[in-house]
Amino acid sequence: MPAITETREQVEKLGQSSYQWGFETDIEMDLAPKGLNEDIIRLISTRKEEPEWMLEWRLAAYRSWLKMKEPTWAKVTHPPIDYQDVHYYAAPKKKNGPKSLEEVDPELLRTYAKLGIPLHEQALLAGVEVPEGEEARMPVAVDAVFDSVSVATTFRKNLAEAGVIFCPISEAIRDYPDLVKQYIGSVVPVADNFYAALNSAVFTDGSFVFVPKGVRCPMELSTYFRINARNTGQFERTLIIVEDRASVSYLEGCTAPMRDENQLHAAVVELVAMEDASIKYSTVQNWYPGDENGRGGIYNFVTKRGACRGARAKISWTQVETGSAITWKYPSCILQGEGSVGEFYSVAVTNNHQQADTGTKMLHLGRNTRSTIIAKTISAGKSDSTYRGQVKIMPKASGARNFTQCDSLLIGDQCGAHTVPYIENRNMAARVEHEATTSKISEDQMFYCRQRGLSEEDAVGLIVNGFCKDVLKELPMEFAVEAQKLLAISLEGSVG
Amino acid sequence: MSELLKISGLHATIDADGTPKEILRGIDLVIPPGEVHAIMGPNGCGKSTLSYVLAGRDDYEVTSGSALFSGKDLLTMEPEERAAAGLFLAFQSPVELPGVNNANFLRTAVNAVRRARGEPELDAVGFLKAVRAATKNLSMADDMLKRNVNVGFSGGEKKRNEVLQMTMLQPTLAILDETDSGLDVDALRIVAEGVQNLRSPNFSALVITHHQKLLDYLGPDRVHVMAKGRIIRSGGPELAKQINEEGYAAFLKEAA
Repeated sequence: MPAITETREQVEKLGQSSYQWGFETDIEMDLAPKGLNEDIIRLISTRKEEPEWMLEWRLAAYRSWLKMKEPTWAKVTHPPIDYQDVHYYAAPKKKNGPKSLEEVDPELLRTYAKLGIPLHEQALLAGVEVPEGEEARMPVAVDAVFDSVSVATTFRKNLAEAGVIFCPISEAIRDYPDLVKQYIGSVVPVADNFYAALNSAVFTDGSFVFVPKGVRCPMELSTYFRINARNTGQFERTLIIVEDRASVSYLEGCTAPMRDENQLHAAVVELVAMEDASIKYSTVQNWYPGDENGRGGIYNFVTKRGACRGARAKISWTQVETGSAITWKYPSCILQGEGSVGEFYSVAVTNNHQQADTGTKMLHLGRNTRSTIIAKTISAGKSDSTYRGQVKIMPKASGARNFTQCDSLLIGDQCGAHTVPYIENRNMAARVEHEATTSKISEDQMFYCRQRGLSEEDAVGLIVNGFCKDVLKELPMEFAVEAQKLLAISLEGSVG
Repeated sequence: MSELLKISGLHATIDADGTPKEILRGIDLVIPPGEVHAIMGPNGCGKSTLSYVLAGRDDYEVTSGSALFSGKDLLTMEPEERAAAGLFLAFQSPVELPGVNNANFLRTAVNAVRRARGEPELDAVGFLKAVRAATKNLSMADDMLKRNVNVGFSGGEKKRNEVLQMTMLQPTLAILDETDSGLDVDALRIVAEGVQNLRSPNFSALVITHHQKLLDYLGPDRVHVMAKGRIIRSGGPELAKQINEEGYAAFLKEAA
């Protein structure tokens, strides 16, 4: 039917321009020369005014990295990455360091406005008081990362009163060296894997969070990452430490400008939860996925790991992954403390030529440790998506339990979805459950929805959001709404 | 306007392993506003195909003929445009939508249609009020709104859910494709009353059925007998009675 073909074409056109956050900001950049060697690492360390031990740590990581090879076990393919063709340091040129909002580059503020960083945070930056009535809403603290240097940090005072430290990691290295030294690399060792080693050598910024004993962090912590400089690899490093009986919820969300070249991104996130502590780490990732022909897009190689060190500690990862050309990411939990809990809730959406190989690892060391894995994979277009998960129960983990559910939803007939579970149980008194399903959005479902007046896009949105409900409900409210919209945007042009 | 729906010489084929197979072979049918028409006919005569073609399902190709709905060319419209224009199809086998909350689905549909019709959207409160009234009329349990669309519904619940959607979407023409099949006596009565509640000068229905019982409740204005992709006989309600007593054999013979 010609009318339908026409609509389909229109919808596809929409899909191509759907990356509404594709823009670049003109800000003077301070750029290190391309390439990676010890001098570059020294430069980064100097620019960051780091202590000597940090430089040595970086150099050790670099030397390990030189001996390592890129992992090849993931189901992703890409042209070889020339690690010497990347700028490892870019910082917006600052005159004297912004001390107030007026001093922050207005271009940068405009960028945040375009990104939709909540205005009340900008207002707070400007020192505007929040009216009484609005106190009810949980405030969100933002440590905004613009390329590699954090330029504005809010809510610092409120947090400080509660004893919570939330600051750029480069600052933490200078101001809280003992804490950083004690924990950095303790969950993800410098030579853990190729990308983690690279990150350890060259990371330029990221967030540091410390919640002391007995403190419930009074607000959601949030960081907006944004890649902005051409050919600049982003190497974020995040370290979150939550002491006994303390808790925190951390939100991370990203968008990136549209560009032709592939961009390398290798972040490391380390979480440490002590006795009865709880960490909720939520991510909405929407980096540029490449165009409809698979040109461009971010290569996202991330190492995220949390350690439940104390008894009854809990770490919960929730992620909605819609962006990047390649996603290589396995947020994991080391369940060491007796009765500690690990959770992984994931929605991974791939469209066009995107490739995602993502999942989790749950390592059960302690007695009565529990883990839950809910992974929803949605593939459309010519994309390929793999869930790769490992559940490992060690001999001492008596009474350990795991429940895993992996569901795949296919849209169209040119995409792929794969589930690769690794289960290793060395304790007879442990229980492991694994469920997996694969389904398709059927023509019957589409026709039924459209007969009730829904457009194709609305119908897909409704069905996909229904499919992901179990994961989306784990997100904090602010993100749940954004995530629903993202899912719809990511799948635009995928039906028909 | 004396014609809400006017179908003329409608031919349609379905793709059967690469070769088009003709299912509709020249349908002529006129439904005026406010009337209820019934279509009866042996299995495989094209009744369901007719309803799908009118609703705009992709699998069929219209090879010739026309269908005007409120004077507009129905056949060039997208399915959702037909829905917005006031056409509703109650499915013979309502489709399950796992994970999609029934109330949310209904509200999204109602507001999509209202937007398209230039009517203000219903807010959560207004919607709940309207839907509560409708479910009560249909003797539906409240929890059906909280469940996922048609998932785990019994046959009767699915059909009632169709009538609920129909009530909320306020169509000017409802096509009921064997909505009475598989219903027990009580469920049939509730469904029939649901349709009767909509009866007005602005509501017409095309009821596809095998059974006299539903028509007893609805009191159709016209009954059409369909065979081999054509309407071979049209008449008043007495036609349905005759089929009920004698079967289709006599009509088929007559047509041949």
